[in-house]
Amino acid sequence: MESRENLEEKYREALSNYLKEQTEQALYQGQKYSRKTIEHKISPEEIISFHKSTLMDTYEDLPDEVLHSLDFLLEVMMGYGIAYREHQNLKHLQQELKSEIEIAANVQHTLLGTHIPKVKDLEIGAISVPARHMNGDYYHFVQDENQCVGVAIADVIGKGIPAALCMSMIKYAMDSLPDHRHFPKSVLESLNRVVERNVDPSMFITMFYGLFDPETHIFSYASAGHEPGFYYDAEKKEFTDLTARGLLLGVEKKTQYEQYEKYVAPGDMIVLMSDGVTECRTSEGFIERNTLIEFIEKNMHLSAQEMVNNIYKQLEKMQHFQLRDDFTLIILKRNV
Amino acid sequence: MEFQSCVKIINEWDIVAARQLGRNVAKELGFGTVDQARITTAISELARNIYLYAGQGRVCIEKLYENGKSGLLIIASDEGPGIPDVRKVMEDGFSTSGGLGAGLPGVKRLMDEFDLDTNVGKGTEIRATKWLR
Repeated sequence: MESRENLEEKYREALSNYLKEQTEQALYQGQKYSRKTIEHKISPEEIISFHKSTLMDTYEDLPDEVLHSLDFLLEVMMGYGIAYREHQNLKHLQQELKSEIEIAANVQHTLLGTHIPKVKDLEIGAISVPARHMNGDYYHFVQDENQCVGVAIADVIGKGIPAALCMSMIKYAMDSLPDHRHFPKSVLESLNRVVERNVDPSMFITMFYGLFDPETHIFSYASAGHEPGFYYDAEKKEFTDLTARGLLLGVEKKTQYEQYEKYVAPGDMIVLMSDGVTECRTSEGFIERNTLIEFIEKNMHLSAQEMVNNIYKQLEKMQHFQLRDDFTLIILKRNV
Repeated sequence: MEFQSCVKIINEWDIVAARQLGRNVAKELGFGTVDQARITTAISELARNIYLYAGQGRVCIEKLYENGKSGLLIIASDEGPGIPDVRKVMEDGFSTSGGLGAGLPGVKRLMDEFDLDTNVGKGTEIRATKWLR
């Protein structure tokens, strides 16, 4: 680290050069100097004092008023000096906070980790990207002893740390559900009781739960106010909304959920998402569900995982690489 | 006690008197202009806090000589309401956000040592020292 005296000497040099000849080169030295003083945490009032002593040493007959004016300037700059030091400290604190959140995000990642199961006749792709560090979306796959595969997708209203904390609870509530077959309706009903009891009334969670039976190829599902997904009928080459009625989790203790069923034919697809997907905002406003369908169609020739990756990339680009909400997209595709 | 003189803080003009006292002592001790300005700014802040929040109190300036070093000690005391949450007022960005000036963290940074005693309902005493290098 360069000493203060050294920096004062450098200032003297740079200023003298400029006073001799007012070149851009000399000004550039000044700019470089300021970078150095910032690096050495020299505050503005000190620079004024360097300035004053350089002038005093260079010119013997400086009018007193000039020197007094520099004392005055120094006094005025005190406030900026204090603000500058405060800023330095706040920057440091922010850095600390940031790394703490990063650690928390890693912990969350481990806590909420799930892996995509191998299922007969079904191909699964999933992606979930948080808008900030921590994810308020959640998806989870479970496979029971009958090879039935359950898929959960949930979204806390809100984002960031509070939403993420809330999601950890959902995960553990799901883990503690009885191991036997997970019927969508009863999964949502028991989670609703947990959320109603444990979560702040201002916090709501939407959730979709589906169960695919690889023997019968029946997909049964229920929704707690979650963003509707799409169903692609391969024979008709047609997308329809995968609507299901149901109240958000945590609103009413005794909510009953309706369960729906669908026979999944070869080539058919189920698309599930969080509202971060439909609320992608481009310069022309929110994207339409139709636009989203176009994206899906464009990528339909790919594997399910490549599809979700590609759609994410394309939507990310469309909104200039700024996610406004956590983004989760899942595609289930029955093999032909 | 080597030397101590005090200024009563009752109105805003007394802040100037406290500054003047601090500057004179700082000059006598041989502090340079930058440190003089830091000391007077600290005094200003402390005196202003007394004027704004306690109504009245006093600022004393003391010369210190310790282990061959000399220094200046500011003691700002009042019998005002005290500070209920010291951690909060010592937090950066708390007092400055409302445009209230440097605040106590600012004073702490301007000086080398800083000590605060406060009792809610009884008053506050702040001692801040700057050593001559």
